[in-house]
Formats: sequence, structure tokens, C-alpha cells
Amino acid sequence: MSKRNWAIVVGAILVVTFGWLLYGGLNKNVVFFLTPKELLAKGTAGYDVPVQLGGQVKPGTVQWNEKTMHLQFEVTDDSATVVVHETGAPPQMFQPGMGVVVGGKLGRDNVFQATNLMVKHSNEYHPPKPGEKPEEMYKTLIKGSTP
Amino acid sequence: MTGLLAHDALMVSLVLVLVGAIMGTLGIRGRRADWVQIAFGTVYGNFVLVTVATLAMIYALVTHDFSISYVAQVGSRETPLFYTVISLWGALEGSILFWAWVLGAYSTAVVFINRKRAGNLVPWASVTLLVVALFFAILLVGPANPFHAVFPVPGDGPGPNPLLQNHILMAVHPPLLYLGYVGMAVPFAFAMGAMLSGEVVSDDWIKITRPYLLVSWGFLSAAIIAGMWWSYEVLGWGGYWAWDPVENASFMPWLVATAFLHSAMVQERRGMLRLWNLNLMVGTFVLTILGTFLTRSGILSSVHSFTQGPIGYYFLVFIAVVLVVTLVMVAGNSDRLRSTGHLESAASRETVFLLNNLFLTAFMFTVLIGTLFPLVAEALRGLKVTVGEPFFNKMTLPLIVSLIFLMGVGPALPWGAASKADMKAKLLPPFAGAVVMAVIALVTGARNPYAVLTFAFVGYAAFANFREYWIGMSARHAAHDEGWATALVRLVQGNRRRYGGYVAHIGILFVALGIAASQSFRTEREATLKPGESLTVAGHTARLKEVWGRQEPQRAVIGATMEVVENGKVVATADPRMNFYPTQSTPVPTPQVISSIGGDLYFNLMAFDQNGAHATVKLIVQPLVPWIWFGGGIVVLGAIIGVFPKRRRRTAPAAVRVPVPAVVLPIPREGEA
Repeated sequence: MSKRNWAIVVGAILVVTFGWLLYGGLNKNVVFFLTPKELLAKGTAGYDVPVQLGGQVKPGTVQWNEKTMHLQFEVTDDSATVVVHETGAPPQMFQPGMGVVVGGKLGRDNVFQATNLMVKHSNEYHPPKPGEKPEEMYKTLIKGSTP
Repeated sequence: MTGLLAHDALMVSLVLVLVGAIMGTLGIRGRRADWVQIAFGTVYGNFVLVTVATLAMIYALVTHDFSISYVAQVGSRETPLFYTVISLWGALEGSILFWAWVLGAYSTAVVFINRKRAGNLVPWASVTLLVVALFFAILLVGPANPFHAVFPVPGDGPGPNPLLQNHILMAVHPPLLYLGYVGMAVPFAFAMGAMLSGEVVSDDWIKITRPYLLVSWGFLSAAIIAGMWWSYEVLGWGGYWAWDPVENASFMPWLVATAFLHSAMVQERRGMLRLWNLNLMVGTFVLTILGTFLTRSGILSSVHSFTQGPIGYYFLVFIAVVLVVTLVMVAGNSDRLRSTGHLESAASRETVFLLNNLFLTAFMFTVLIGTLFPLVAEALRGLKVTVGEPFFNKMTLPLIVSLIFLMGVGPALPWGAASKADMKAKLLPPFAGAVVMAVIALVTGARNPYAVLTFAFVGYAAFANFREYWIGMSARHAAHDEGWATALVRLVQGNRRRYGGYVAHIGILFVALGIAASQSFRTEREATLKPGESLTVAGHTARLKEVWGRQEPQRAVIGATMEVVENGKVVATADPRMNFYPTQSTPVPTPQVISSIGGDLYFNLMAFDQNGAHATVKLIVQPLVPWIWFGGGIVVLGAIIGVFPKRRRRTAPAAVRVPVPAVVLPIPREGEA
């Protein structure tokens, strides 16, 4: 074989190997966005697989323990509900009824162990809607003094 | 008034660049030098017009002229003047205007500096730049017009996106990024010019192009580091890189441009890789346009995507046109671009550069596929997926550690062929550095193999790069009896590109060390504290002093004052905050970092009690993070050293210029191995 053909063969082997590695890497590390209904529909295949769970925080289900930093709430898409458990403080504006995306895994006890929690809001940041009163959160602290 | 004037300026600029591109093309084809001069003139004219429009926008922003759509979108009477001015690049339309302005500035510089050069390289490059300018002019009078008239005129606006007015780095990162991104259009234009003028068969055009590429590369390096820093200082998660698509968008052109900086040397010295280099230049430019598309079209959900609109299609069409045209042209030139040299030995600097290019390209493709996969999966199969960090880390870490190792091997090996004795003498001693750093990593507790390897190879490469300085300096010291400082200065002056490159290597090593250490030894805890209570993380104790709030004109600020306590004494305080902007329902976290040479204490306020009775604070302790920012500065310093040619070119009048020889033989220069 000529030098040129050798180069082509070596190049082709490199590209194929690289492509195969990429394909394998993608297959193992793609994380799906699922609603509670879609996650539960997977049955046992849905256990212990990292997913992004999206839905609304069900009103009346939020339990937050300041001492142990445990947060528990239910995420719902109206037809199905998943219990989510997280360690760490909730975002300051975490409110029942708001949209969230929770990253984590569904355990075999059917409790979703979250590793991160994002409050879903559109890219077009928007002024507070009627009913949302962020200033209620902090107005008692504003004294106009301190550093 | 301002809006009309600016809009007219942009309309005229659109016509002007169109006329310029046509006149230039016809002038080159018909050998009409005066028409080419007119094309050059339109480059200057376009710059003046876009400058008028940009100044008009700044004026409108500062005077709160809410009759202009962009001002109504991002302006607010309460926003401080500084953030009002920089909101020029805070949203889609303004940033496209700024893109066009930077492109105008670069084009003007290129044409002005090279206007007297003989041959058709510069005229064709100007035409290419005019065509790129035409695309942005179309955007600016069409889907990204920032000067729409708003009626009725609102009394006030919402102000810039809170995330973008929360930190001073927002004044630094975007302009640097644009200077880096847009600057890549210049090497692309020269590549097109070389192919269109036939000068591609000589390697002279590479030499003209290199400084421009290096300038853009320096800006892009600085921009990436500044972006990491911004993310670290603003987003509150204590990290600086998450393989986020917008980060990847800035990183991909950098990888390809870095590959080119190395492979260009192989072309100049050995006459190899001609076709490859052409592809790298075109690829860099396409990646910058792709990056602009990803970050500006709204296709990704992130702070960088401002709007959904037709602008994405304009970008896709432009990318397709650029890809088709360049691929056809590169393919058409491929026969002319055979290598004149060949690889003499596997043990040579060329081989290392080839590997470097292979790894950097593989790196780019990995990032590209990981970034685009979710978009493609959603478009084709309706699946909503993300490609997680594990994918990027697993795929790129082997490449990263290999590249760090090569950074030590390359400078040590000579061009051509190295003898066995040569290799022993050059490649073995740096292992001392590797052993020392590996031991440091293991003793301090690093167990991740990649972290240990990074430490070791950083040691290897640092040893090798410093050694090159040492060899050169001691030779001068012995031969010319120069003092060490003089020897250093003269050594660098004698071959700025080579020694500037080593400086950039050392900067990258600092960055690598900072990343490896901060990823390996990150410790964090969060706790709900009452005033007077404290938390301890990795031996650092911080006490909550008080929770406070204050009203500022544009926002309300809630803060928790934390005192760092050592041996019962307060040694530093930090005020992590939450800023509440009236335009957003959720607060913007505002972490506070206490930096020292050894590392950072990173405070973030997570939650607070309405009456100030307690606050939840996260404290992250990360070693060596400031080394990343410092290393970024060193990289830029390396680029600055390398930009200036060895001797100043004297520009001879075009008429007496000798024609460019078809093959430029590599002439060994003083100080090169």
C-alpha cells in the first residue's frame, strides 16, 4: 500500500473509533426530561436512572425542616404525582404551585432523591404576576441602615 | 429623531456594503484598481455609519429615549448609568449592533494596514468581510432592528435582565468575547482571499494572517476566562464551568484556533498541512457564527437567549451558505495544496503538533456533538434530553491530560528528527517536575487519577517550558556576557512567537492546576444560623453577625454579614446577598468570595428569615481558584508577546514589490531549535 492509502486507513480507523466512543458516551449519559406520568409509566425501568423531572409543586405538600435541612414535596402533572426528597435549602422563592425541574433519581421506595432543583421560569424575565408579592419576603428587614 | 437617524445610517450602510462587495468583485475581475479602491472606501464608510448608529443607541440609552424599541426593552430610569451604557450588549438587538460595529472596526484596520499590498489577497479579503458585514446589516434593518419606533412612548422600562446588571464583569466579558469572536472573521477573510486570488499556493498569506488570528485568540481566551469568572461570582453555585451550551459555544472556536496556531508553524516550517490549515480557519469562523446562533437565537434556554423569533433562520441560512461555499472552494483548491515537505521522523516537533491538532479537533467535535445532540434529538424525534456533565468529563479528560503532557514534549523536541541522545537529554529531566507534582497531589489527598495525572503533567510541562527559557538565557549569558534580565528580554525579542507561546503554555498550566485542585478539594456545607452562631468548613469558621436589608433605587438588597473567625479573632467579613429586582419575581443570588493565593472562601445566602432571626448560608472552600484567573492573564500576556512580528515590516510601494514566490523555503531563524 502507498503512504497515502495508509494514511487514509489510519484516519478512517481513528474516526470510527472516535465516533464509537462518542456514541457510547452519549448513550450512557443522556438525561431525559420527564413528567411524573412519563416517569411512573416506565415502571421498574425508571428506578435509579438519572432524569430531569418537570412539573408543578403540589400545594400543601411542602415540608421543610430547618434543622436537618430536609425538604420534601410532591411534583405533579395533574395525572400523576411523585414524592421528591432533597437535602439543602430551597430557593428563597420556592412556592407551592410553581413549576420546577428536579434532577435526580427515582429510588425503589418510589421517592425521588433530588440532587438539584431548578425553579422553572421563562427566559423572558417578567415582573411579578398579580398574587406574587416578593416584597412580602423581605420588607420587614428593610430599615435603610447597615452596610 | 435619534432612532430615525440611526435607522437611516444602518439602511445606508446596508446599501454601501452591498455596493462595495459588488464593486470589489467586478474591480478584481476586470482589473479595475479604482473600483477596488471604492470597495476599500465602502469598508471605511460602513464603519463610520455603524459607529453613528452605535453612538446613537448609547445616546438613546443614556437619555432614556423610550420611543426606541431597544431602550424600551432594556432601559429603566432607575438603572445606574454604568449598567445603562453596557446594556448596549445586554440583549439581542443591541448585541448584533455591537457585533456589526466590532466587525467594522476590524475590517477598517485590516484594509487600512494592508491597502498597499500588491496582489488580490487583500481585495478579496475585503470583499469577504463586506459580505459578512452585509449579513449583519440585513439582520439590523430586519429581524434585529433595535431602532423600531414605539408608540405610545412608555414612561419607563423594565431595565436590563437582573442577572446582567448584578456584576461589573458584565462590562468586561461580552466586549472581550465579541472582539475574539468577530476577529475570527479576519483570518477567514484572508483564507477566502488566498483561495480566490490563487495566493493560497504560497505560504505568505499565513504569515499575514497569523497576527490577526493571535489578536482574536487572545481576546477569546480572555473572554472565556472572564465568562468563567462571571459565572463564579454571580450564579451562586460556586463553580465556573458546567459544559453549558453557551460556554461550549465560546470554547469550540478557541479549540480550533489553538490548533491552527500550532499547525500554522508546521506549514511555515515544513510546507505541510496546507489544506488542513485552510479547513481550520474556515471551521473557526463557522463555529463563531454557530456560537452566535446558539446564544442569540433563543434556541437554548439560558440567560443568553433573549427572544424567540425569525432571526434563527437567518443564521441557519448564513451558516449553510458559508459551509457550502467554503467546502466547494476548499475542495476545488485541494489539488494545489499538496504538501511540499514530509514527516522525517516520528520523534520530532511536527509529530507533536500533529497529535496536538488531532486531540484539539477531537475535543472540539466532542463538545460540538454534546452541545448539538439535545437540539437534534428534539428536532428529529421530539425527545427532550440533556447531555450531562459526565459525558463531557469522561470524553474530554483523557484529551485534556494528553494535551498538557504534549505541552511539555513539543517545546523539548527539535524540528525534523531527534536523535536518541537528544530525546533522552530533552525528555527525561522534566519527569522530575512530574514526580514532584504527583507527590504533592497524593500527599494533599488527591485520589482521582485524572487529577493526579494533571498535577504530574503540569509539573512535566512547566519544567520543560521553563527549561527552554533557561537554555536560551544561559546561552546568551555565556556567549554575549549579558546580565540575566537583558538575556531574557533579548531572547524573547529574538523570537517573540516562540517565547510568547511558552508564556501562554505556562498560563494554561496555571489554569489547569487551578481547575484540578478546586475540583478535587472542594468542600461545602450549608447551615441555618442564628446571629452569633457559626459553621466550620475545612478548618475555616464563619460566624453570622446579622441579617440586614436596604432599599436601593433599582433594587432591594438583603444580606447576611458573615465574619471569618481565626483563633477567636475576626480576620475578614463577607456579605453574601440576595438582590430583589422589581422586574423579576425571584431574587438574584449575589455570593461573596474571599480570595487568597491559596484559595477561596465562597459565601452564598440561600434563605433568610423575614425578621432576621436566622439565615441559611452556604460556605464553599475551594483551593487555587484564583490561579485560574491569574493563569488566564498569563495566557493573554503570551498572546501579546507573540502578536508583534520579529521585525517591523516595511511597506514598500506596491509597484516595486517582487511577486510572491510560489514556495517559501523555511529559513531557520535565530534562536529556534
